[in-house]
Amino acid sequence: MSVRTADSRFASAARPRTPIGRRGDRDKPAKWGNPFVYFIALLFIAVCVAPVLYIVLGGFRTNAQITTSPAGLPHPWVFSNYGNVLKSVTFWGEFGNSAIVAIASTVGIVILGLMVSFVLARYDFKLKGAMYSLFAAGLMFPLVIAITPLYIVIKDLGLIDSLAGVIIPQIAFGLPTTVIILVPFLRAIPREIEEAATIDGASRLGFFFRMVMPLSLPGVVTVGILAFIGSWNNYVLPLYILNSQANFTLPLGVQAFSSQYSQDTAKVLAFTSLAMLPALIFFSIFQKRIVGGLTGAVKG
Amino acid sequence: MSDTVGTDTDIERRPRGTAGAGSPATPAPPAARRRRGRGRMRLEIAVLSGPPIIVFVGFVIFPVLLAAYYGFYKWQGYGPATDWVGLDNYRLILTDPAFQQVLWHSFLILGLSLVIQGPLAIGLAILLNQRIRGRSIIRVLIFVPYIISEVIVGTGWSLMLQTTGALNDLLKHVGLGSLQNDWLANPKLAIWTLMAIISWKYVGFAVILMLAGLQSIPDELFEAAQIDGASYWQMQRRITLPLLGPTIRIWGLLSIIGSLQLFDLVYIIWGQYVSGTAGTSTMAIYMVAQGRDAGQYGYGSAVAVVMFLISFLVALLYQRFVLRRDLRGAVTEGVN
Repeated sequence: MSVRTADSRFASAARPRTPIGRRGDRDKPAKWGNPFVYFIALLFIAVCVAPVLYIVLGGFRTNAQITTSPAGLPHPWVFSNYGNVLKSVTFWGEFGNSAIVAIASTVGIVILGLMVSFVLARYDFKLKGAMYSLFAAGLMFPLVIAITPLYIVIKDLGLIDSLAGVIIPQIAFGLPTTVIILVPFLRAIPREIEEAATIDGASRLGFFFRMVMPLSLPGVVTVGILAFIGSWNNYVLPLYILNSQANFTLPLGVQAFSSQYSQDTAKVLAFTSLAMLPALIFFSIFQKRIVGGLTGAVKG
Repeated sequence: MSDTVGTDTDIERRPRGTAGAGSPATPAPPAARRRRGRGRMRLEIAVLSGPPIIVFVGFVIFPVLLAAYYGFYKWQGYGPATDWVGLDNYRLILTDPAFQQVLWHSFLILGLSLVIQGPLAIGLAILLNQRIRGRSIIRVLIFVPYIISEVIVGTGWSLMLQTTGALNDLLKHVGLGSLQNDWLANPKLAIWTLMAIISWKYVGFAVILMLAGLQSIPDELFEAAQIDGASYWQMQRRITLPLLGPTIRIWGLLSIIGSLQLFDLVYIIWGQYVSGTAGTSTMAIYMVAQGRDAGQYGYGSAVAVVMFLISFLVALLYQRFVLRRDLRGAVTEGVN
């Protein structure tokens, strides 16, 4: 691994900051001062990031470089691996499939999730508790466990080897998490707002579209990101449902590519790093929402 | 992660007491107008919750019931299932040494995940919870392995861990050549390799959860303890750990469910055949290999049922004995 590289990189990036950071320190005994904390933090980051850097940097090397020095740095930097992948029809086809599946699943999860969460949060009816339990129990049915019978259902519906056969189950399995995150959001909208909307002549559904949707946006974004990344990374469902290469999503593509070009490590690494890029970009744009969402969605 | 948020609401909800169930129709309303209102309300409920329930029941609940049904048949996956074999599939599963082996692996992975990641995550979170510069960038970077798909993690790590891969090369260069090993195929090592990769991928998530938990501990407690002369370690033991308890226990549940259904990583790195000899195969690997890949969908369904029952039982016991205080009936009682 290129642990050393990563280490020095981040060390140099963060070192100038070290002495300043003391200001608002929680009163800790002096021996637990900053340098140690920074050291551990940097070490931890290096361990987390080094394998990822290995994949990305490996794509900039030739196979000869990788064979002679597996843990080395690119020397010289080669751009043809990435270039070839970016020119290949296979990559963009699989990229497109992944994008379609992820966007459709996300939209489906958000819309259906909002609908049922709204009912659970804002209506009073006899079966409400049972309904919530039904969805909450869904957390106990992970996709992997249900995959064999799910495959049978999808096959009976004639959806094998179609993107819809991946999208619909993903929506279904995304609902429990969505409901559990969104219900508290929707419940936190004050009754007064709803009453005011009613006085102004808005129906319950009008209230839903005009007030609930915008007010629950933070929760919706959190749910949407989780759904998107989950879909982008999903492996086992496409593995069962999609047979023909033309319908592959990127995870299947990475696997197929790495067995097809098992001798061409550099190309595999280039393909792999391009395949993870969208999820990483998506995450870094919205990271505040994800980390913040975990910190207690209600305060938003 | 959903569970954490779920508990938050439970905590928020609890003070309101248990007087939920009777709310809907109790006060007798002025008849006509109210009745029309209720009909309309029913319609709205049906329109809004109908589609999600259909999708959810059709593609989550129904398949699971279907698995229970097909588990009683010897069935190849096409045509109607006619060859009723009763409990034979289940008898076969429970007496198959291969299944006993994967069961052991799954529980080993479960135990080791808790033991390795738990203390590590708590320690790191406590350390990182201090006001240091660049905290947000640190959080993003430690979350990176969690965001990357299992397929990519598996592909990358298996390239690095080959006998001619980067890790062995690195060991040679730093003068630890004697430590070079066949990390993936050596049956004594493979499970530890797997644990290292699992820890690498998921500990960031645990740290983020723990950090979130730590944020909710009021500073005043530490200030008060300090005035009372408590040492740093005393404060961590008497304040941090107990107050972090709910977060730790929820993380434990997520980790347990994740461990019991582990599939992607093992399947990508070892494949169904090598994982058997390397000693890393899990229940899900067994299910896929014996079910879909062998064309025995009846048997595969039975394995799915066994897996589900095991996970359910473990989760139930965990909820009964560990989570008791945190989410009293959160899942079973629903919203009130």
